[in-house]
Amino acid sequence: MTTVELIDSYWVYFLVGQYPNGPLGGLALTLILASAALVLAMPLGVLFGLARLSPWRWLRWPVTALVFVVRGTPLLMVIFWAYFFLPSLTGFKTDQFTTMLIALVIFDAAYLSEIVRAGVQGLDRGQVEASRSLGFGYWRTMRWVVLPQALRTMLPSLVNQFVSTIKETSLGYIIGLTEISFIASQINTQVFTMPAQVYLILGLTYFVSCFGLSRFAFWLERRQTQRVSLTDNSKVT
Amino acid sequence: MPDFDYSLLLSGQYHDMLLSGLMLSIKLACVTLVCSLPLALFIALLRLSPVRPLQWLGFAYVESIRNIPLLAHMLFWYFAAPEFLPESLREWLYAGNIEAISAIVALTLYTAAFMSEDIRSGIRAIPIVQLEAGRALGFGYLESMRLVVLPQALRVTIAPLISQTLNLWKNTSIATVVGVAELMYQAGQVETATFRSLESFAFATSAYLSVSLLITGAAAWYQHRYVQAKSR
Repeated sequence: MTTVELIDSYWVYFLVGQYPNGPLGGLALTLILASAALVLAMPLGVLFGLARLSPWRWLRWPVTALVFVVRGTPLLMVIFWAYFFLPSLTGFKTDQFTTMLIALVIFDAAYLSEIVRAGVQGLDRGQVEASRSLGFGYWRTMRWVVLPQALRTMLPSLVNQFVSTIKETSLGYIIGLTEISFIASQINTQVFTMPAQVYLILGLTYFVSCFGLSRFAFWLERRQTQRVSLTDNSKVT
Repeated sequence: MPDFDYSLLLSGQYHDMLLSGLMLSIKLACVTLVCSLPLALFIALLRLSPVRPLQWLGFAYVESIRNIPLLAHMLFWYFAAPEFLPESLREWLYAGNIEAISAIVALTLYTAAFMSEDIRSGIRAIPIVQLEAGRALGFGYLESMRLVVLPQALRVTIAPLISQTLNLWKNTSIATVVGVAELMYQAGQVETATFRSLESFAFATSAYLSVSLLITGAAAWYQHRYVQAKSR
């Protein structure tokens, strides 16, 4: 079997798994899982980030502790906890996709909360004061003044977090989720004689998706600093 | 949920398994740290070298490693890489602990890519005149790097390197996929053998957390001891 034959006979399986005759898998599942995790983690991350900046101690401390614990343990540990304890907690058996999604959402929310916190803290203090003096309450200040500006500076970090999330989905392999690494291993077991080609193609696939996105983040960041320096210049002149 | 059984964790066969797992995890992290630091420094110097092709080489290394998950690296080094080796070397590897070796190779290459970026930005934080002054005094490029720039750059780099070490510590858990008997693997084994998932995972989680706390503490201590003291 040559590399061309390998690609020719397995590319559909690699991209979508057994779909449409079976469950969706492969690259499509990886991307869907990563997007869903980030989208769901985003509001939770904003809440956590605001809670960590909150003036109320009983809100700030537990969230800080949670973020600290999640950041100090490997994602794999979070996945194991979710895998073994979600069924006994919820009462019904959760499938691998849900397990992985919940683990990723918790894990990403903890990391996003740091990004949100940095974004909000990086904002000029006068913005909050101005908004409060205009009569806005805490929530309306956050909603209309702080978050729109903070989110814009956070955008490159968010894209980078998406790249991390794509990489993190590969751990679904361990609980038997049919994402792209798992599919690649199955192909490797079936073909048996071409491990190098199979895993190089797997690496290349991750590389194309993640490198493209991280270049996009880099471009966003550059455009932002350019815009900031432009507005600074206009102030000077 | 059944009661928490401390006796399982305090003594006996399962206690020994978990503890040996923890020891192996720590060993993995230490060996990887020692191997990846020089490699990271080398890559950082490649990326900053005045020669274009060397810069590209460094860039290609960092980007190709960073954009592929560690799990895929592990699978490659365990399943595919030995194929390229000559027969005799391969047999020697399979007779020994091939799992741990491929895990260390993957972890080292992966960690070095991230660390080299930290070292690079540390070096770039040193004003270029320092290098120029070194050159003006008659030192060559490498000598002025070694004697003038690096000693200053490494001092700023310590804090990010400690946080990379924290990532490395957490990443050792991924060695489970190729069957290295480290902490996560042993926790899984104990769980399978005893159905005491709560106990074994609680042990693993607290062990991971404790070492992470130590590493974070080291970073805070360093920050307090050197960075603040200097700015005062």
